[in-house]
Amino acid sequence: MSMPFGYVSPEQVMKDKADYARRRITQNSRSGVVLSCEDGILLVTPNSSRALRKFSEMYDRIAFAAVGRYNEFEALRKAGVRYADMTGFQYDRRDVTARGLADWYGQLLGSLFTDSPKPYEVEIVVAQVGKTTADDEIYRITFEGSVADEHDFVVVGGQADRVAALIKERYSASMSLPDAMRLAVAALSVQGDGAPAEPLSGTQLEVALLERSRPLRAFRRLSGGRLEGLLEQAKAAQVGQAGQEGALPAGSPESGTLTGGVTAAEPDQADAGQSDDAGS
Amino acid sequence: MGGFEPQARWQAAAFLAAGSPSFTDFLASAAPELLPRQDLPGGGAGAAGDLPHGTTIVAAVCADGVVMAGDRRATAGSMIAQRDIEKVFRGDEYSCVGIAGVAGVGVDLVRLFQVELEHYEKLEGRALSLEGKANRLAGLVRANLGGAMQGLVAVPLFAGYDDDTGQGRIFSFDVTGGRYAEQRFATIGSGSPFARGALKKLYRDDMTVQEAILACMQALYDAADDDSATGGPDLSRRIYPVIATVTEDGFQRLTDSEAGRYAEAVVAERMQLPDGPAAPLRIAAS
Repeated sequence: MSMPFGYVSPEQVMKDKADYARRRITQNSRSGVVLSCEDGILLVTPNSSRALRKFSEMYDRIAFAAVGRYNEFEALRKAGVRYADMTGFQYDRRDVTARGLADWYGQLLGSLFTDSPKPYEVEIVVAQVGKTTADDEIYRITFEGSVADEHDFVVVGGQADRVAALIKERYSASMSLPDAMRLAVAALSVQGDGAPAEPLSGTQLEVALLERSRPLRAFRRLSGGRLEGLLEQAKAAQVGQAGQEGALPAGSPESGTLTGGVTAAEPDQADAGQSDDAGS
Repeated sequence: MGGFEPQARWQAAAFLAAGSPSFTDFLASAAPELLPRQDLPGGGAGAAGDLPHGTTIVAAVCADGVVMAGDRRATAGSMIAQRDIEKVFRGDEYSCVGIAGVAGVGVDLVRLFQVELEHYEKLEGRALSLEGKANRLAGLVRANLGGAMQGLVAVPLFAGYDDDTGQGRIFSFDVTGGRYAEQRFATIGSGSPFARGALKKLYRDDMTVQEAILACMQALYDAADDDSATGGPDLSRRIYPVIATVTEDGFQRLTDSEAGRYAEAVVAERMQLPDGPAAPLRIAAS
């Protein structure tokens, strides 16, 4: 058991770094949802700042989403834009792909994790909208550089497993934009201790869309009037659906609100969340 | 860009650096070999004679924004190098840029400029001001001064919609990076003296977009009429000038059939009046 003073095994160093990063990301971020729907890829996260963004345009059909430490993922975002623009300039715009970017981020984060004393406290998503939902590509890159090819949707940061389980329950690839919005907001609104919460309002949300039908640059932010309009539509979609399926518990007239349905079903889904190994 | 080996790791640092929002500055530090060549080893003046040259670009401010048009001819000496070259491009959502001079240099310049604008917009989360764009373009033109001194001259004409004032504006440039705000209209390229003369007579304040397009089309016709390096509308091949408009609604390039309608109208009129519309010559009654 005699070790040189101050010696720490490489395994221990890596484990400590990974634990540190994982803990910091979970504690210091709220979940970000990226999900593919009929109209494109929707990105939703609670964020009250109007200036410090978690979602951004990366290239024509590609968006960047991140949770964790702002200064770190902002540096990574800028690095990615530089990589994308340089690749597009050197070859052609069509040669910039989400897969290429995700690989590049994996390499970058992998070497940063190995080399620097403090790991990056971030988790990022690179998403590319295709012609149909089947062509959409969503990649999740973790702080240590592992790249995961996700299908349909991904949740990162905060109570990611719990939110992902809620979304999985009701997700379908043929969802319209208001339906997808409703699902994302409902799932995000119940995070924390799992207790019913007020649905997040437009001013508390950062929302962006990679719009499938837009030529060239597909990324656009939804805020202000457009976002409120979409939230209204989402609410209306829920009321319509509730009438059709009769799925909502009878009760207060408030049951038609955004959280209503999901809150009622939440206990089951929290179980599903624990057994779901889709998370990190 | 595979595994970050010692040498490549330096590159990763370049990507992560808190650098300027300029794409050109980034390339200069991370991959200078990708920047357009600024001067040629051993090249002397006159080397450019056999290279394709782009010719006439015109632009005119109108009530809703600005219109830019360019003919489709590229010449190499007395040869026609290309009949359907495009010399008017989208700069970004609210601007357009045309080029005259050595086509290869000009096209490279525009490509870099387009990325430059989008790169800034993505990094900073907002688009450059119209003056900011013009200044950046001036910087890129200045970077080619060495090439220009060897005869590889290309200068742009820049026009856009200024969101702050709600007006269209035009900027012209010289090879040293001089940047000049133009009033009402501007022309560049070998046919520009003739086009400018025509626009001078045809231009009116507060023209509609359609009127400005027609005025630009007339000016290009006059340029082609008197300058052998400028191509007129090619009705038999259906090759018409490229026309771009930038208004509050953003950049728009007319489709070939739309541009064709304007071109055919001008040509039909010139069948009757070969020199084009005549300006009234009357002394106003006092």
